[in-house]
Amino acid sequence: MMPIPRFWREIKQRYKGIGSVCKNCEKMYFPPRKICPECRRESFQNMEPVELDGRGEVVTYTEIHEPHTEFDKHSPYIMAIVEMKEGVRLTGHLVNVDLEDVESGMKVEATMRKLGEESRDGMIYYGYKFWPVDE
Amino acid sequence: MKPKEEVGIKGYAGYVPKYRIKPKDIGEVWGEDGEVMGRGLKIESKSVPAPDEDVVTISTQAAKWAMQRADIDSDEIDAIYVGSESHPYAVKPTATIVAASLAATPHLTAADYEFACKAGTAAFQTCMGLVSSGMITNGIAIGADTSQGAPGDALEYSTAAGGAAYIIGAGDLLAKLKHTCSYTTDTPDFWRREGKKYPEHGGRFTGKPAYFKHVTNCTNKLFEETGKGPEDFDYAVFHQPNGKFPRKAAKKIGFSQEQIEPGLLVTRIGNTYSGAVPLGLAATLDQADPGDNILVTGYGSGAGSDSFDIEVTKNIKKIKDHKVPTIKEIISEEEFISYSIYAKFREKISAGGE
Repeated sequence: MMPIPRFWREIKQRYKGIGSVCKNCEKMYFPPRKICPECRRESFQNMEPVELDGRGEVVTYTEIHEPHTEFDKHSPYIMAIVEMKEGVRLTGHLVNVDLEDVESGMKVEATMRKLGEESRDGMIYYGYKFWPVDE
Repeated sequence: MKPKEEVGIKGYAGYVPKYRIKPKDIGEVWGEDGEVMGRGLKIESKSVPAPDEDVVTISTQAAKWAMQRADIDSDEIDAIYVGSESHPYAVKPTATIVAASLAATPHLTAADYEFACKAGTAAFQTCMGLVSSGMITNGIAIGADTSQGAPGDALEYSTAAGGAAYIIGAGDLLAKLKHTCSYTTDTPDFWRREGKKYPEHGGRFTGKPAYFKHVTNCTNKLFEETGKGPEDFDYAVFHQPNGKFPRKAAKKIGFSQEQIEPGLLVTRIGNTYSGAVPLGLAATLDQADPGDNILVTGYGSGAGSDSFDIEVTKNIKKIKDHKVPTIKEIISEEEFISYSIYAKFREKISAGGE
């Protein structure tokens, strides 16, 4: 379970894929960082928010048959590491696709889905999952 | 109600979850002949949302595509209204989550609407008023639902999920919203009490004094106010709780089967409630030509109807430049599921038994 303030702080990155870029070396980070680990002091107050385009391709994937209780309704489901157009890699669910149709290099796009909920009475967590796109 | 200044649709898109269930598979569980029920309702299958889909996710996807078609940025959105009777929260607006997901926050006005199946068209009217009065530049009107039907209830054969979003503004329009009117009464044909999971309805009472009275009177009022008749429209879209009602209403008002066919989605996806008329209009716009006239009449239990006189502009040809799927493409992606999977997805059963 995620504390409300933490989820609230991360809304921009979860809903819109807002990462950060180091203006010193142009390296992009997701989730956003306040300091570039490579440029360190030079990146201080020199990191800018940047929105991911939402498109990328599958690097690798797996099917989960023993889900976390929060995902029991989805079982079995596919998780993938997706390399976004900007070069950063994200882990996320793949939806609207069967395992036999997934392959490394497959083009995908982020779509908003329910990721879980605090409890039956608690808040609902939304965020990105990925689905296949034609191009 | 005629807008003071020209107002219309700058972008639109719909989204329907890919899962489907057939009436036969529902009837089998409850000892009924589902195929006969399906034939009677003229429903071959209905859409079912995945466990991770709800009104927020449906609205967000539709709005995102509608913005692509309108070619506008998030900071150009001044208002978002989401009409639904299945908002994920009883208190906490769907519209704020949709606004954040489109990066349109914080400088906009946003609210949720609820008027059974016509909450989406109510959102249309609000945006029309705000745009034509000059108070806002662009507003998003959304109608979406993941409607509820109690296990074993007749509603279970039709309650479906889907929605559509419209960018309402002025200037480069895909279609002009030339006129609108409403017909509202206190009619207890269908309701869901606070805190209850499933709605109750008046059975046959939902027909003549409810759906037909409101749809017919509202459409005729629009004819009276605009001086038009069924022959002046190329297409018509009516609320579609099943496949029978809109066909009967269209015939009674004077529309042909050909005029309503493009917007009649209920046969394949079921009743998407607040999403039904917005999706039907989107499917009609997908195949409309410049200069076509479309009549739209929604219906919401409780009860009321909203009618619209819409004229398609030459800009409709441009939408093909944007890579947004048509309604036909969206609903052609379907995966049929059993009643047990449906029951799990719709939380009629859950692991651990709670």
